[in-house]
Amino acid sequence: MIDHLNWTATIVFVGFFALVTIMGFLASSWKSGDLSQINEWGLGGRQFGSWITWFLLGGDLYTAYTVIAVPALVYAIGAYGFFAVPYTVIVYPLIFLIMPRLWNVSARKGYVTAGDFVYGRYGNKGLELAVAVTGLVATMPYIALQLVGMEKVIQALGFHGEGWLEHVPLTVAFLILALYTYKSGLRAPAMIAFVKDIMIYIFVVAAVIIIPYELGGFGAIFDAASKVFEAKVAAGAAANPPVKVAAGIVLTQSQVVPFITLAIGSAMALFMYPHSLTGVLSASSAKAIRTNAMTLPAYSLVLGLIALLGIMAHAAGIKVTNPQDVVPQLFLKMFPEWFVGFSFAAIAIGALVPAAVMSIGAANTFTRNVWRPFVNSNMSAEQESGLAKFISLIVKVGALAFIFFMPTKYAIDFQLLGGVAMIQIFPAIVFGLYTRRIHGTALLLGWLAGISLGIYLAYSPPNWVPVWSTGLGFSVYIGLLAVSVNAIVSVVLSFILPNSGADETMPHDFEDDPALHKAPHLHEPEPIL
Amino acid sequence: MKYILLLIPCVAALVVPFYNSVEPQLFGFPFFYWYSLLVVPVSVAFIYAASTFDSQKSGGSK
Repeated sequence: MIDHLNWTATIVFVGFFALVTIMGFLASSWKSGDLSQINEWGLGGRQFGSWITWFLLGGDLYTAYTVIAVPALVYAIGAYGFFAVPYTVIVYPLIFLIMPRLWNVSARKGYVTAGDFVYGRYGNKGLELAVAVTGLVATMPYIALQLVGMEKVIQALGFHGEGWLEHVPLTVAFLILALYTYKSGLRAPAMIAFVKDIMIYIFVVAAVIIIPYELGGFGAIFDAASKVFEAKVAAGAAANPPVKVAAGIVLTQSQVVPFITLAIGSAMALFMYPHSLTGVLSASSAKAIRTNAMTLPAYSLVLGLIALLGIMAHAAGIKVTNPQDVVPQLFLKMFPEWFVGFSFAAIAIGALVPAAVMSIGAANTFTRNVWRPFVNSNMSAEQESGLAKFISLIVKVGALAFIFFMPTKYAIDFQLLGGVAMIQIFPAIVFGLYTRRIHGTALLLGWLAGISLGIYLAYSPPNWVPVWSTGLGFSVYIGLLAVSVNAIVSVVLSFILPNSGADETMPHDFEDDPALHKAPHLHEPEPIL
Repeated sequence: MKYILLLIPCVAALVVPFYNSVEPQLFGFPFFYWYSLLVVPVSVAFIYAASTFDSQKSGGSK
């Protein structure tokens, strides 16, 4: 099991892991608040300023799985994997526009989740449930993928087990995470995110300076990768029967539209996820969010550099059967053992932050938008917080079960479908932030149409695929197609159906309130009747 | 005006046929890669411009 363990790397790895564990438990007394309130446990008391929000959102959105999967895609097919860069460029103008409005109305009305806002705005329990379930279903496989990222680096340290023993280190790490999240709530990942993000910045800067230096510069790296992709395409064409391989140092014609639509769709979906909204709503002001729309792109640049690791791996002669092993293998080849341990720890800790925020986001969602409206509408704030803490444990055990009992491929498929589903709440949220003319019932039916169409188009037996061939010579990202149908259905039905359902918000609730900046520490409002 | 400023980086990031080529190279990077990376800081500049435009409009109270 540990015969081939890389001891130096493992010791450094375990050391950093221990450090963040201690921080996770100590975080409960940071910026102290009454953790028996869901606003405190699940949103850190809405008091994170620009800096903390920057680290928290950066750590939350640019996950361990991203660090593994984006270079893996670039390694496998080249330029197409770079869609992550335009995707994370267009997301910030969007955030700059819409998220301060959502923050304002949420702070004023005490909303903790997207479902809270939707119910307050449309007075429609069905739509609230649809939004909540979408978030829950999309989040579970996403957490599971964080575990995949973590397990990749643990394996690369030289740990190999038979059967269930394989998952022992992961289980231990996750139990620790579950305990300090339970105790400290959102304060734990917010604090750990500082360490994680600084470590990631160090390893990326080291990687993009040292690796090209060793391999003869970026020109040589791109040339080498280009040859590998050409050979891959040629091998596909020479095979019997010939296989058309779409790979290259730039995009093939057939990849252009999928590349664009995937970037747009992913950007629209990203901030619909419960974990992103949890990060946004925990900010101390709308201004902190606007500032972050300008500072978070630093992470996009880092993501672009991380994507280049997939190109560098070809120049370094890394050959792996599973592309997801490419980053760990590249590091093992290029760096001294202690730095391998440091980098792997950065990736593993990079899994903890989003996994914690995702489980908190899911727990808040379940408590506020499933349990409270449908099971017990008279929960006290203490009961809400208690339930949310408990659910955060269940969610993590569920994600762990995913890894134990299902092949990784399923987690990837579900995550892909999760993205297609998540984007379907975009119309309800974004229309709702600007107008009340679109009706709750119409949005619910639009959501249903979008989800059904998305799942139908994505299933191409025996696989799940993210793009659909239009028959006009190009393919499009299914999520974007389905959400367009969703929006059209919602708008058209709003002309036909009666506009029932109460709206508890006022137009000025969405605007910045200068007085609010002086008193950012808000408490739960009166229960919504 | 604010909306146009925010739209420009989006368009810049999505005009893929424009930047989907190897030449011109920069420091060994094919055009596709250095352009993609360059759009990131450019987008920040435009969002910043949009934000100053915003605060001017509201009398600089923010």
